[in-house]
Amino acid sequence: MRVPTLREVGTEARLLLIGIPVLIWTLIPIYHMFLFAISPKQDAFAGKLWPDHPTLNNFRIVFNQQHYFLRDFWAQFLNSVVIAVAVGALTLVIATSAAFAISRLRVRGGRTVMNMALFTYFIPAAFLAVPMYRTMGNYGLLNNHWSLILAMVTIASPYAIWVLKQASDKLPLELDEAAIMDGATPLQLFRMVYVPLMLPSLVAIGTYALLLAWNEYLYAFLLLSKDTEITLPVALGNFLAADDSPWELLMTTGFIYALPPAAVYYAFRRYMVGGLTAGAVKS
Amino acid sequence: MTAITYSTSDVPSPPLSARLSTPQVWGIVMLAPYLLVFLAFVVYPIGYGLWLARHPASYVALYNDPVFARAVVNTLIFLIIGINLKMLVALFLSGFFVQSRTWIRWLSVLFILPWAVPSIPTILSVRFMFNPEWGVINNLIFKFTGEDGPNWLNDPAMGLTLAILVHIWKSLPFWTLILMTGRLAISTDMFEAADVDGASWWQKFRFITWPSMQTLYLTCTLLSMIWTLGDFNSVYLLTGGGPADLTHVLSTLGIRYLRLDQLDMSMASIVCAMPLVLPLVYFMMKRLSR
Repeated sequence: MRVPTLREVGTEARLLLIGIPVLIWTLIPIYHMFLFAISPKQDAFAGKLWPDHPTLNNFRIVFNQQHYFLRDFWAQFLNSVVIAVAVGALTLVIATSAAFAISRLRVRGGRTVMNMALFTYFIPAAFLAVPMYRTMGNYGLLNNHWSLILAMVTIASPYAIWVLKQASDKLPLELDEAAIMDGATPLQLFRMVYVPLMLPSLVAIGTYALLLAWNEYLYAFLLLSKDTEITLPVALGNFLAADDSPWELLMTTGFIYALPPAAVYYAFRRYMVGGLTAGAVKS
Repeated sequence: MTAITYSTSDVPSPPLSARLSTPQVWGIVMLAPYLLVFLAFVVYPIGYGLWLARHPASYVALYNDPVFARAVVNTLIFLIIGINLKMLVALFLSGFFVQSRTWIRWLSVLFILPWAVPSIPTILSVRFMFNPEWGVINNLIFKFTGEDGPNWLNDPAMGLTLAILVHIWKSLPFWTLILMTGRLAISTDMFEAADVDGASWWQKFRFITWPSMQTLYLTCTLLSMIWTLGDFNSVYLLTGGGPADLTHVLSTLGIRYLRLDQLDMSMASIVCAMPLVLPLVYFMMKRLSR
Protein backbone atom coordinates (compact mmCIF):
# COMPACT_ATOMS: atom_id res chain seq x y z
CA MET A 1 0.00 0.00 0.00
CA ARG A 2 1.27 3.40 -0.99
CA VAL A 3 1.80 5.90 1.77
CA PRO A 4 0.00 9.15 0.85
CA THR A 5 2.21 12.18 0.59
CA LEU A 6 1.88 15.05 3.00
CA ARG A 7 0.32 17.14 0.24
CA GLU A 8 -2.39 14.57 -0.42
CA VAL A 9 -3.19 14.33 3.27
CA GLY A 10 -3.45 18.11 3.38
CA THR A 11 -5.91 18.21 0.47
CA GLU A 12 -7.99 15.46 2.01
CA ALA A 13 -8.05 17.24 5.35
CA ARG A 14 -9.16 20.47 3.74
CA LEU A 15 -11.97 18.66 1.89
CA LEU A 16 -13.08 17.07 5.16
CA LEU A 17 -13.00 20.47 6.79
CA ILE A 18 -15.63 21.57 4.27
CA GLY A 19 -17.53 18.29 4.10
CA ILE A 20 -18.19 17.80 7.80
CA PRO A 21 -19.79 21.21 8.43
CA VAL A 22 -21.85 20.77 5.25
CA LEU A 23 -23.09 17.42 6.51
CA ILE A 24 -24.00 18.81 9.93
CA TRP A 25 -25.69 21.89 8.48
CA THR A 26 -27.74 19.75 6.11
CA LEU A 27 -28.88 17.17 8.61
CA ILE A 28 -29.61 19.20 11.74
CA PRO A 29 -33.22 20.27 11.06
CA ILE A 30 -34.09 16.85 9.65
CA TYR A 31 -32.38 15.01 12.48
CA HIS A 32 -34.14 17.24 14.99
CA MET A 33 -37.47 16.30 13.43
CA PHE A 34 -36.58 12.62 13.43
CA LEU A 35 -35.39 12.84 17.04
CA PHE A 36 -38.72 14.25 18.15
CA ALA A 37 -40.57 11.60 16.23
CA ILE A 38 -38.87 8.77 18.10
CA SER A 39 -38.71 10.41 21.54
CA PRO A 40 -41.23 10.21 24.34
CA LYS A 41 -42.47 13.66 25.27
CA GLN A 42 -40.25 14.22 28.34
CA ASP A 43 -37.05 13.19 26.51
CA ALA A 44 -37.79 15.43 23.56
CA PHE A 45 -38.38 18.45 25.71
CA ALA A 46 -35.28 17.91 27.83
CA GLY A 47 -33.02 18.84 24.92
CA LYS A 48 -31.40 15.42 24.66
CA LEU A 49 -29.44 14.61 21.50
CA TRP A 50 -30.58 10.98 21.61
CA PRO A 51 -33.58 9.75 23.64
CA ASP A 52 -33.00 7.40 26.56
CA HIS A 53 -35.81 5.19 25.35
CA PRO A 54 -36.41 5.53 21.61
CA THR A 55 -39.98 4.61 20.80
CA LEU A 56 -42.37 4.34 17.90
CA ASN A 57 -45.24 5.31 20.17
CA ASN A 58 -45.66 8.69 18.48
CA PHE A 59 -46.27 7.00 15.16
CA ARG A 60 -48.88 4.78 16.79
CA ILE A 61 -50.67 7.83 18.20
CA VAL A 62 -50.63 9.55 14.80
CA PHE A 63 -51.80 6.50 12.87
CA ASN A 64 -54.59 5.86 15.37
CA GLN A 65 -55.52 9.56 15.43
CA GLN A 66 -55.35 9.57 19.22
CA HIS A 67 -54.96 13.29 19.73
CA TYR A 68 -57.14 16.35 19.33
CA PHE A 69 -54.87 17.78 16.63
CA LEU A 70 -54.76 14.48 14.79
CA ARG A 71 -58.36 13.37 14.77
CA ASP A 72 -58.58 13.83 10.98
CA PHE A 73 -55.09 12.66 10.10
CA TRP A 74 -56.11 9.98 7.59
CA ALA A 75 -58.70 12.20 5.94
CA GLN A 76 -56.05 14.91 5.57
CA PHE A 77 -53.50 12.45 4.27
CA LEU A 78 -56.01 11.25 1.69
CA ASN A 79 -56.82 14.86 0.73
CA SER A 80 -53.13 15.49 0.10
CA VAL A 81 -52.84 12.36 -2.03
CA VAL A 82 -55.99 13.01 -4.06
CA ILE A 83 -55.11 16.64 -4.70
CA ALA A 84 -51.50 15.89 -5.63
CA VAL A 85 -52.48 13.10 -8.02
CA ALA A 86 -55.23 15.22 -9.57
CA VAL A 87 -52.86 18.15 -10.06
CA GLY A 88 -50.22 15.87 -11.58
CA ALA A 89 -52.68 14.28 -14.00
CA LEU A 90 -54.50 17.47 -14.97
CA THR A 91 -51.26 19.39 -15.47
CA LEU A 92 -49.96 16.61 -17.68
CA VAL A 93 -53.07 16.63 -19.88
CA ILE A 94 -53.19 20.41 -20.21
CA ALA A 95 -49.46 20.98 -20.63
CA THR A 96 -48.83 18.09 -23.01
CA SER A 97 -51.59 19.07 -25.38
CA ALA A 98 -50.55 22.73 -25.22
CA ALA A 99 -46.90 21.86 -25.89
CA PHE A 100 -47.97 19.62 -28.78
CA ALA A 101 -50.09 22.39 -30.28
CA ILE A 102 -47.30 24.96 -29.95
CA SER A 103 -44.33 22.84 -30.91
CA ARG A 104 -45.66 20.26 -33.38
CA LEU A 105 -48.82 21.76 -34.87
CA ARG A 106 -47.27 25.24 -34.76
CA VAL A 107 -50.62 26.77 -34.00
CA ARG A 108 -50.83 30.47 -34.75
CA GLY A 109 -50.26 32.56 -31.65
CA GLY A 110 -48.50 29.66 -29.96
CA ARG A 111 -45.44 31.74 -29.26
CA THR A 112 -47.54 34.42 -27.59
CA VAL A 113 -49.20 31.82 -25.38
CA MET A 114 -45.77 30.43 -24.51
CA ASN A 115 -44.56 33.88 -23.49
CA MET A 116 -47.67 34.54 -21.42
CA ALA A 117 -47.16 31.21 -19.68
CA LEU A 118 -43.50 31.99 -19.00
CA PHE A 119 -44.52 35.35 -17.57
CA THR A 120 -46.90 33.59 -15.19
CA TYR A 121 -44.14 31.19 -14.24
CA PHE A 122 -41.84 34.00 -13.19
CA ILE A 123 -44.39 35.95 -11.16
CA PRO A 124 -43.95 34.46 -7.68
CA ALA A 125 -47.03 32.46 -6.74
CA ALA A 126 -47.20 34.18 -3.34
CA PHE A 127 -48.21 37.43 -5.03
CA LEU A 128 -51.03 35.75 -6.89
CA ALA A 129 -52.37 34.08 -3.75
CA VAL A 130 -54.69 36.81 -2.48
CA PRO A 131 -56.26 37.57 -5.89
CA MET A 132 -56.62 33.84 -6.45
CA TYR A 133 -58.31 33.46 -3.08
CA ARG A 134 -60.83 36.17 -3.94
CA THR A 135 -61.34 34.73 -7.40
CA MET A 136 -62.11 31.30 -6.01
CA GLY A 137 -64.57 32.98 -3.68
CA ASN A 138 -66.27 34.64 -6.64
CA TYR A 139 -66.42 31.31 -8.45
CA GLY A 140 -67.94 29.72 -5.35
CA LEU A 141 -65.14 27.18 -5.09
CA LEU A 142 -63.72 28.03 -1.67
CA ASN A 143 -63.42 25.06 0.70
CA ASN A 144 -63.75 22.79 -2.30
CA HIS A 145 -60.83 20.61 -3.37
CA TRP A 146 -61.27 21.83 -6.92
CA SER A 147 -60.16 25.31 -5.90
CA LEU A 148 -56.77 24.03 -4.77
CA ILE A 149 -56.45 21.62 -7.69
CA LEU A 150 -57.19 24.34 -10.25
CA ALA A 151 -54.93 26.84 -8.51
CA MET A 152 -52.04 24.38 -8.44
CA VAL A 153 -52.62 23.41 -12.08
CA THR A 154 -52.43 27.11 -12.92
CA ILE A 155 -49.13 27.40 -11.11
CA ALA A 156 -47.63 24.16 -12.43
CA SER A 157 -48.70 24.41 -16.08
CA PRO A 158 -46.48 27.25 -17.35
CA TYR A 159 -43.24 25.55 -16.42
CA ALA A 160 -44.61 22.19 -17.57
CA ILE A 161 -45.52 23.61 -20.98
CA TRP A 162 -42.15 25.27 -21.29
CA VAL A 163 -40.14 22.16 -20.46
CA LEU A 164 -42.30 19.95 -22.67
CA LYS A 165 -42.04 22.41 -25.55
CA GLN A 166 -38.25 22.44 -25.24
CA ALA A 167 -38.21 18.65 -25.22
CA SER A 168 -40.60 18.26 -28.14
CA ASP A 169 -38.70 20.78 -30.27
CA LYS A 170 -35.89 18.24 -30.21
CA LEU A 171 -37.98 15.44 -31.73
CA PRO A 172 -37.26 15.10 -35.47
CA LEU A 173 -39.99 16.53 -37.69
CA GLU A 174 -39.58 13.62 -40.10
CA LEU A 175 -41.52 11.49 -37.64
CA ASP A 176 -44.55 13.72 -37.96
CA GLU A 177 -44.17 13.90 -41.71
CA ALA A 178 -44.01 10.13 -42.02
CA ALA A 179 -47.11 9.73 -39.87
CA ILE A 180 -49.00 12.32 -41.87
CA MET A 181 -48.00 10.60 -45.12
CA ASP A 182 -49.56 7.47 -43.69
CA GLY A 183 -52.73 9.45 -43.20
CA ALA A 184 -52.52 10.08 -39.46
CA THR A 185 -54.75 12.83 -38.10
CA PRO A 186 -53.22 15.27 -35.61
CA LEU A 187 -54.92 13.41 -32.79
CA GLN A 188 -53.45 10.08 -33.89
CA LEU A 189 -50.08 11.76 -34.29
CA PHE A 190 -50.40 12.96 -30.71
CA ARG A 191 -51.46 9.62 -29.29
CA MET A 192 -49.30 7.21 -31.25
CA VAL A 193 -46.14 9.17 -31.99
CA TYR A 194 -45.82 12.15 -29.68
CA VAL A 195 -46.82 10.81 -26.26
CA PRO A 196 -44.76 7.58 -26.47
CA LEU A 197 -41.65 9.51 -27.51
CA MET A 198 -42.12 12.14 -24.80
CA LEU A 199 -42.65 9.63 -22.02
CA PRO A 200 -39.47 10.42 -20.01
CA SER A 201 -40.26 14.14 -19.98
CA LEU A 202 -43.87 13.40 -19.13
CA VAL A 203 -42.79 11.36 -16.12
CA ALA A 204 -40.58 14.22 -14.96
CA ILE A 205 -43.29 16.84 -15.42
CA GLY A 206 -45.98 14.72 -13.80
CA THR A 207 -43.70 14.21 -10.80
CA TYR A 208 -42.90 17.92 -10.70
CA ALA A 209 -46.58 18.90 -10.59
CA LEU A 210 -47.39 16.18 -8.09
CA LEU A 211 -44.65 17.28 -5.69
CA LEU A 212 -45.53 20.94 -6.14
CA ALA A 213 -49.10 20.23 -5.06
CA TRP A 214 -48.10 17.93 -2.20
CA ASN A 215 -45.70 20.53 -0.82
CA GLU A 216 -47.94 23.57 -1.21
CA TYR A 217 -48.82 25.37 1.98
CA LEU A 218 -49.92 28.95 1.21
CA TYR A 219 -52.65 28.20 -1.33
CA ALA A 220 -53.90 25.20 0.60
CA PHE A 221 -54.25 27.23 3.77
CA LEU A 222 -56.04 30.07 2.00
CA LEU A 223 -58.39 27.98 -0.10
CA LEU A 224 -59.35 25.18 2.29
CA SER A 225 -60.36 25.56 5.90
CA LYS A 226 -62.56 22.72 7.16
CA ASP A 227 -60.59 20.25 9.28
CA THR A 228 -61.70 17.28 7.20
CA GLU A 229 -61.01 19.07 3.91
CA ILE A 230 -57.52 20.52 4.50
CA THR A 231 -54.27 18.94 3.36
CA LEU A 232 -51.48 17.75 5.65
CA PRO A 233 -49.24 20.86 5.51
CA VAL A 234 -52.18 23.04 6.60
CA ALA A 235 -52.87 20.62 9.43
CA LEU A 236 -49.21 20.93 10.45
CA GLY A 237 -49.48 24.72 10.40
CA ASN A 238 -52.59 24.49 12.58
CA PHE A 239 -50.53 22.90 15.35
CA LEU A 240 -49.05 26.36 15.89
CA ALA A 241 -52.43 27.71 16.94
CA ALA A 242 -52.04 26.40 20.49
CA ASP A 243 -49.27 27.26 22.94
CA ASP A 244 -49.11 23.77 24.39
CA SER A 245 -48.86 22.05 21.03
CA PRO A 246 -47.74 18.43 21.16
CA TRP A 247 -44.49 19.09 19.31
CA GLU A 248 -43.39 15.47 19.30
CA LEU A 249 -46.61 14.57 17.45
CA LEU A 250 -46.24 17.53 15.11
CA MET A 251 -42.74 16.35 14.21
CA THR A 252 -43.93 12.78 13.77
CA THR A 253 -46.70 13.91 11.42
CA GLY A 254 -44.23 16.15 9.62
CA PHE A 255 -41.84 13.25 9.25
CA ILE A 256 -44.56 11.03 7.77
CA TYR A 257 -45.59 13.87 5.47
CA ALA A 258 -42.01 14.44 4.30
CA LEU A 259 -41.27 10.80 3.51
CA PRO A 260 -43.30 10.29 0.28
CA PRO A 261 -41.91 13.30 -1.60
CA ALA A 262 -38.37 12.48 -0.48
CA ALA A 263 -38.83 8.90 -1.68
CA VAL A 264 -40.29 10.04 -5.00
CA TYR A 265 -37.52 12.55 -5.39
CA TYR A 266 -34.76 10.00 -4.85
CA ALA A 267 -36.50 7.45 -7.08
CA PHE A 268 -36.74 9.94 -9.94
CA ARG A 269 -33.53 11.79 -9.15
CA ARG A 270 -32.03 11.11 -12.56
CA TYR A 271 -35.01 12.64 -14.34
CA MET A 272 -35.42 15.49 -11.89
CA VAL A 273 -31.84 16.65 -11.95
CA GLY A 274 -31.34 16.17 -15.68
CA GLY A 275 -34.72 17.24 -16.98
CA LEU A 276 -35.79 19.92 -14.57
CA THR A 277 -32.68 21.75 -13.52
CA ALA A 278 -31.33 22.00 -17.04
CA GLY A 279 -34.61 23.55 -18.07
CA ALA A 280 -34.74 25.87 -15.12
CA VAL A 281 -31.62 27.77 -16.05
CA LYS A 282 -30.83 27.87 -19.71
CA SER A 283 -27.71 29.93 -20.00
CA MET B 1 -40.45 22.75 -41.34
CA THR B 2 -43.93 23.77 -42.47
CA ALA B 3 -44.84 20.24 -43.46
CA ILE B 4 -47.65 20.02 -40.97
CA THR B 5 -48.80 23.60 -40.98
CA TYR B 6 -50.38 23.54 -44.41
CA SER B 7 -49.71 27.21 -44.85
CA THR B 8 -51.98 28.80 -47.38
CA SER B 9 -50.80 32.34 -46.83
CA ASP B 10 -49.71 32.68 -50.46
CA VAL B 11 -53.30 32.28 -51.63
CA PRO B 12 -54.98 35.71 -51.77
CA SER B 13 -57.48 35.96 -48.89
CA PRO B 14 -59.44 32.72 -49.02
CA PRO B 15 -62.53 32.34 -46.80
CA LEU B 16 -61.82 31.72 -43.12
CA SER B 17 -62.90 28.08 -43.24
CA ALA B 18 -60.32 27.35 -45.91
CA ARG B 19 -57.52 29.17 -44.08
CA LEU B 20 -58.00 27.08 -40.96
CA SER B 21 -56.37 23.80 -41.93
CA THR B 22 -57.03 20.68 -39.89
CA PRO B 23 -53.79 20.91 -37.85
CA GLN B 24 -54.56 24.54 -37.03
CA VAL B 25 -58.03 23.63 -35.79
CA TRP B 26 -56.62 20.81 -33.71
CA GLY B 27 -53.90 23.13 -32.45
CA ILE B 28 -56.48 25.60 -31.21
CA VAL B 29 -58.52 22.81 -29.62
CA MET B 30 -55.48 21.44 -27.82
CA LEU B 31 -54.36 24.84 -26.66
CA ALA B 32 -57.83 25.69 -25.39
CA PRO B 33 -57.60 23.97 -21.97
CA TYR B 34 -54.54 25.98 -21.01
CA LEU B 35 -56.04 29.17 -22.41
CA LEU B 36 -59.15 28.60 -20.32
CA VAL B 37 -57.06 28.06 -17.19
CA PHE B 38 -55.01 31.12 -18.03
CA LEU B 39 -58.06 33.33 -18.53
CA ALA B 40 -59.97 32.07 -15.50
CA PHE B 41 -57.11 31.83 -13.00
CA VAL B 42 -54.48 34.30 -14.16
CA VAL B 43 -56.08 37.08 -16.21
CA TYR B 44 -59.26 37.38 -14.17
CA PRO B 45 -57.55 37.36 -10.74
CA ILE B 46 -54.96 39.91 -11.84
CA GLY B 47 -57.62 42.16 -13.32
CA TYR B 48 -59.83 41.78 -10.28
CA GLY B 49 -56.89 42.42 -7.98
CA LEU B 50 -55.94 45.59 -9.80
CA TRP B 51 -59.54 46.72 -9.63
CA LEU B 52 -59.59 46.15 -5.86
CA ALA B 53 -56.39 48.17 -5.55
CA ARG B 54 -57.64 51.08 -7.63
CA HIS B 55 -58.10 53.65 -4.83
CA PRO B 56 -55.15 55.99 -4.25
CA ALA B 57 -56.22 56.09 -0.60
CA SER B 58 -55.06 52.49 -0.15
CA TYR B 59 -51.56 53.47 -1.20
CA VAL B 60 -51.52 56.46 1.10
CA ALA B 61 -52.58 54.23 3.99
CA LEU B 62 -49.95 51.70 2.98
CA TYR B 63 -47.29 54.37 2.80
CA ASN B 64 -48.21 55.53 6.29
CA ASP B 65 -48.13 52.04 7.74
CA PRO B 66 -44.72 51.45 9.39
CA VAL B 67 -45.17 47.72 8.85
CA PHE B 68 -45.04 48.26 5.10
CA ALA B 69 -41.82 50.27 5.21
CA ARG B 70 -40.29 47.65 7.46
CA ALA B 71 -41.36 44.87 5.12
CA VAL B 72 -39.71 46.61 2.17
CA VAL B 73 -36.47 46.98 4.12
CA ASN B 74 -36.64 43.34 5.24
CA THR B 75 -37.26 42.20 1.68
CA LEU B 76 -34.24 44.14 0.45
CA ILE B 77 -32.08 42.67 3.23
CA PHE B 78 -33.38 39.23 2.31
CA LEU B 79 -32.54 39.76 -1.35
CA ILE B 80 -29.27 41.62 -1.20
CA ILE B 81 -27.60 39.88 1.73
CA GLY B 82 -29.42 36.55 1.71
CA ILE B 83 -29.24 35.77 -1.99
CA ASN B 84 -25.68 36.90 -2.51
CA LEU B 85 -24.52 34.95 0.49
CA LYS B 86 -26.38 31.90 -0.74
CA MET B 87 -25.05 32.12 -4.29
CA LEU B 88 -21.47 32.66 -3.12
CA VAL B 89 -21.68 29.62 -0.85
CA ALA B 90 -23.30 27.64 -3.68
CA LEU B 91 -20.48 28.67 -6.02
CA PHE B 92 -17.92 27.60 -3.45
CA LEU B 93 -19.65 24.30 -2.67
CA SER B 94 -20.12 23.49 -6.35
CA GLY B 95 -16.33 23.47 -6.52
CA PHE B 96 -16.24 21.13 -3.55
CA PHE B 97 -18.83 18.70 -4.89
CA VAL B 98 -17.19 18.28 -8.30
CA GLN B 99 -14.18 16.68 -6.61
CA SER B 100 -14.12 13.01 -7.54
CA ARG B 101 -14.20 11.17 -4.22
CA THR B 102 -16.60 8.41 -3.28
CA TRP B 103 -17.45 10.02 0.06
CA ILE B 104 -18.16 13.35 -1.60
CA ARG B 105 -20.57 11.63 -3.99
CA TRP B 106 -22.39 10.13 -1.02
CA LEU B 107 -22.39 13.46 0.73
CA SER B 108 -23.94 15.09 -2.32
CA VAL B 109 -26.81 12.59 -2.17
CA LEU B 110 -27.49 13.61 1.44
CA PHE B 111 -26.90 17.26 0.63
CA ILE B 112 -29.96 17.26 -1.65
CA LEU B 113 -32.26 16.33 1.25
CA PRO B 114 -33.35 19.88 2.19
CA TRP B 115 -34.51 20.42 -1.35
CA ALA B 116 -36.21 17.03 -1.58
CA VAL B 117 -38.29 17.25 1.59
CA PRO B 118 -41.23 19.66 1.92
CA SER B 119 -40.37 22.91 3.63
CA ILE B 120 -43.18 23.03 6.22
CA PRO B 121 -42.00 20.28 8.61
CA THR B 122 -38.37 21.35 8.49
CA ILE B 123 -39.23 25.01 9.08
CA LEU B 124 -41.37 24.00 12.05
CA SER B 125 -38.50 21.85 13.25
CA VAL B 126 -36.15 24.84 13.16
CA ARG B 127 -38.80 26.96 14.84
CA PHE B 128 -38.93 24.58 17.75
CA MET B 129 -35.16 24.22 17.93
CA PHE B 130 -35.03 27.93 18.67
CA ASN B 131 -37.91 27.95 21.13
CA PRO B 132 -36.51 29.97 24.06
CA GLU B 133 -37.86 27.69 26.80
CA TRP B 134 -38.00 24.20 25.34
CA GLY B 135 -35.81 24.35 22.27
CA VAL B 136 -32.67 22.26 22.05
CA ILE B 137 -30.44 25.27 21.32
CA ASN B 138 -31.23 27.09 24.54
CA ASN B 139 -31.16 23.80 26.44
CA LEU B 140 -27.60 23.27 25.27
CA ILE B 141 -26.64 26.85 26.02
CA PHE B 142 -27.98 26.42 29.54
CA LYS B 143 -26.21 23.11 29.96
CA PHE B 144 -22.82 24.51 28.99
CA THR B 145 -22.89 28.05 30.34
CA GLY B 146 -25.54 27.90 33.01
CA GLU B 147 -27.15 30.98 31.52
CA ASP B 148 -30.40 31.43 29.63
CA GLY B 149 -30.00 31.68 25.88
CA PRO B 150 -31.40 34.55 23.85
CA ASN B 151 -35.07 34.82 22.98
CA TRP B 152 -34.26 34.00 19.35
CA LEU B 153 -37.45 34.39 17.36
CA ASN B 154 -38.79 37.15 19.56
CA ASP B 155 -35.99 39.40 18.41
CA PRO B 156 -36.70 41.00 15.03
CA ALA B 157 -33.08 40.99 13.84
CA MET B 158 -32.48 37.40 14.87
CA GLY B 159 -35.88 36.33 13.57
CA LEU B 160 -35.12 37.73 10.14
CA THR B 161 -31.60 36.28 10.19
CA LEU B 162 -32.98 32.85 11.01
CA ALA B 163 -35.60 33.17 8.27
CA ILE B 164 -32.82 33.97 5.79
CA LEU B 165 -30.80 31.01 7.04
CA VAL B 166 -33.80 28.70 6.72
CA HIS B 167 -34.29 29.94 3.19
CA ILE B 168 -30.62 29.31 2.41
CA TRP B 169 -30.79 25.87 3.98
CA LYS B 170 -33.72 24.96 1.78
CA SER B 171 -32.52 26.25 -1.57
CA LEU B 172 -28.74 25.96 -1.34
CA PRO B 173 -28.68 22.37 -2.71
CA PHE B 174 -30.63 23.36 -5.81
CA TRP B 175 -28.29 26.20 -6.75
CA THR B 176 -25.19 24.21 -5.89
CA LEU B 177 -26.41 21.50 -8.23
CA ILE B 178 -27.01 23.97 -11.05
CA LEU B 179 -23.62 25.62 -10.61
CA MET B 180 -22.05 22.15 -10.53
CA THR B 181 -23.41 21.44 -14.01
CA GLY B 182 -21.82 24.72 -15.06
CA ARG B 183 -18.47 23.69 -13.64
CA LEU B 184 -18.62 20.21 -15.15
CA ALA B 185 -19.21 21.74 -18.57
CA ILE B 186 -15.76 23.37 -18.48
CA SER B 187 -13.19 21.37 -20.43
CA THR B 188 -10.58 19.76 -18.18
CA ASP B 189 -7.89 20.48 -20.77
CA MET B 190 -7.80 24.07 -19.64
CA PHE B 191 -7.16 23.09 -16.04
CA GLU B 192 -4.45 20.65 -17.09
CA ALA B 193 -2.79 23.35 -19.16
CA ALA B 194 -3.02 25.72 -16.21
CA ASP B 195 -1.45 23.07 -13.96
CA VAL B 196 1.45 22.73 -16.39
CA ASP B 197 1.91 26.49 -16.27
CA GLY B 198 1.89 26.30 -12.47
CA ALA B 199 -1.25 28.37 -11.96
CA SER B 200 -2.45 28.85 -8.40
CA TRP B 201 -5.91 27.84 -7.18
CA TRP B 202 -7.08 31.43 -7.34
CA GLN B 203 -5.69 32.00 -10.84
CA LYS B 204 -7.46 28.89 -12.10
CA PHE B 205 -10.73 30.16 -10.66
CA ARG B 206 -10.23 33.74 -11.83
CA PHE B 207 -9.17 32.98 -15.38
CA ILE B 208 -10.86 29.67 -16.24
CA THR B 209 -13.82 28.90 -13.99
CA TRP B 210 -15.28 32.35 -13.51
CA PRO B 211 -15.24 33.55 -17.14
CA SER B 212 -17.14 30.48 -18.28
CA MET B 213 -19.57 30.56 -15.39
CA GLN B 214 -20.39 34.21 -14.91
CA THR B 215 -23.43 34.23 -17.21
CA LEU B 216 -24.86 31.18 -15.48
CA TYR B 217 -24.09 32.70 -12.09
CA LEU B 218 -25.86 35.94 -12.96
CA THR B 219 -28.89 34.12 -14.35
CA CYS B 220 -29.07 32.00 -11.22
CA THR B 221 -28.84 35.04 -8.98
CA LEU B 222 -31.67 36.80 -10.80
CA LEU B 223 -33.88 33.74 -10.85
CA SER B 224 -33.19 33.14 -7.19
CA MET B 225 -34.16 36.74 -6.46
CA ILE B 226 -37.53 36.30 -8.16
CA TRP B 227 -38.21 33.07 -6.32
CA THR B 228 -37.05 34.50 -3.01
CA LEU B 229 -39.40 37.46 -3.40
CA GLY B 230 -42.17 34.87 -3.34
CA ASP B 231 -40.78 32.88 -0.43
CA PHE B 232 -43.73 32.99 1.92
CA ASN B 233 -43.04 29.90 4.03
CA SER B 234 -39.60 30.74 5.44
CA VAL B 235 -40.85 33.89 7.11
CA TYR B 236 -44.47 33.13 7.79
CA LEU B 237 -43.99 29.75 9.41
CA LEU B 238 -40.85 30.68 11.32
CA THR B 239 -41.74 34.05 12.81
CA GLY B 240 -45.29 34.63 11.56
CA GLY B 241 -44.12 38.14 10.73
CA GLY B 242 -43.63 38.84 14.42
CA PRO B 243 -42.58 40.07 16.87
CA ALA B 244 -44.81 43.14 16.49
CA ASP B 245 -44.96 42.69 12.69
CA LEU B 246 -41.28 43.56 12.41
CA THR B 247 -40.13 40.62 10.28
CA HIS B 248 -42.68 40.74 7.46
CA VAL B 249 -41.50 40.64 3.87
CA LEU B 250 -43.51 41.66 0.81
CA SER B 251 -44.74 38.14 0.19
CA THR B 252 -46.24 37.78 3.67
CA LEU B 253 -47.64 41.30 3.84
CA GLY B 254 -50.55 40.55 1.51
CA ILE B 255 -51.67 37.75 3.80
CA ARG B 256 -51.32 39.96 6.86
CA TYR B 257 -53.67 42.58 5.46
CA LEU B 258 -56.04 39.88 4.25
CA ARG B 259 -56.25 38.52 7.78
CA LEU B 260 -56.94 42.02 9.09
CA ASP B 261 -59.76 42.25 6.54
CA GLN B 262 -58.04 45.10 4.71
CA LEU B 263 -58.38 43.65 1.25
CA ASP B 264 -57.55 46.87 -0.60
CA MET B 265 -54.34 47.26 1.41
CA SER B 266 -53.51 43.65 0.71
CA MET B 267 -53.83 44.16 -3.02
CA ALA B 268 -52.05 47.52 -2.87
CA SER B 269 -49.08 45.91 -1.11
CA ILE B 270 -48.88 43.34 -3.90
CA VAL B 271 -49.03 46.07 -6.53
CA CYS B 272 -46.24 47.85 -4.66
CA ALA B 273 -44.06 44.75 -4.93
CA MET B 274 -44.32 44.80 -8.72
CA PRO B 275 -41.64 47.44 -9.36
CA LEU B 276 -39.28 44.95 -7.74
CA VAL B 277 -40.67 41.86 -9.47
CA LEU B 278 -41.39 42.99 -13.02
CA PRO B 279 -37.91 44.18 -14.04
CA LEU B 280 -36.49 40.85 -12.85
CA VAL B 281 -39.21 38.96 -14.73
CA TYR B 282 -38.59 41.02 -17.85
CA PHE B 283 -34.88 40.32 -17.68
CA MET B 284 -35.39 36.58 -17.19
CA MET B 285 -37.90 36.37 -20.04
CA LYS B 286 -35.47 38.07 -22.38
CA ARG B 287 -32.82 35.57 -21.36
CA LEU B 288 -35.01 32.54 -21.84
CA SER B 289 -36.70 33.47 -25.08
CA ARG B 290 -33.42 34.09 -26.85
